[in-house]
Amino acid sequence: MEITSHSLWTLIHGIGFGALYLLTCTGALFALYQRLQPTPLVLSSLENNRLLGAYLSLMAVLAWLTVLSGTYVIYPWYRVPAPARTVNLAPYPRALLLAHSATNEWHSVGMEWKEHVAWLVPIAITATAFVVLRYGSELSGHPQLRIVHVCGWLHVCRGHCGILWCDAR
Amino acid sequence: MTLPLGLIQQDPPLRPNGSAAAAILAAGIGSFVLAILTIAADHSEGLRAMLTFYKLTGPLSGVTTTAVSIWILVWLILDRSWFRRELSLRKINFASITLLVLSLLATFPPIGDLFYVHFC
Repeated sequence: MEITSHSLWTLIHGIGFGALYLLTCTGALFALYQRLQPTPLVLSSLENNRLLGAYLSLMAVLAWLTVLSGTYVIYPWYRVPAPARTVNLAPYPRALLLAHSATNEWHSVGMEWKEHVAWLVPIAITATAFVVLRYGSELSGHPQLRIVHVCGWLHVCRGHCGILWCDAR
Repeated sequence: MTLPLGLIQQDPPLRPNGSAAAAILAAGIGSFVLAILTIAADHSEGLRAMLTFYKLTGPLSGVTTTAVSIWILVWLILDRSWFRRELSLRKINFASITLLVLSLLATFPPIGDLFYVHFC
């Protein structure tokens, strides 16, 4: 069995960083569920908040690695223009999608949107991690900051969207 | 908490919420800048060329680098201004979530095109 460098980087981007981010989302959703209960299921101790802060920081690192590897390693391969009079467009995904009216929309909706919207995830998760790290156990004293958890959840969903588009590709 | 000598130990005062407000609002602004630049680069040949920082990635490199730079800059400025202040987070949360939802919608090409037609 042979793995090309393209395949290896696609695995690192999609299965490594992307899928790992997706897995960490599951844990974040569980943590949010626990903390948004009227009577929180876990005590917001210093250790628990430090652990959550570290966990969200890990998510932020994974989100950044996913978008950076996607944008600067994978995306250039997608965009590479096909030489004139090329019959087999399989090695040129963008040209292949644009060549047929049935697949044309997959370029703009499926690929271009995914490439841009994915960048919203690391921005939001970094802000969420910062707030949890900065405030730690004081979060319980700032009820309005609970919304940060909800924002985090929204971006978890965005992360899911990005992964789904990645799979669709 | 009552200490042995009858003294009462008070919890330390809470850190003001200004830093959190700065992070939340900056995330909304950064996301919205990303969406605006995405639409603008999509419709302007000149801007597309200007935002091509890395040829192989095309304008996406400039759109994201510029948006992330503005996000960090806005965050630093807001944090510096607000870190000692206690702010009403209700309005800031609302503004940030609105900007985040708008940016999510605006980056979607068919909706981005509608934004461009209506506002440009």
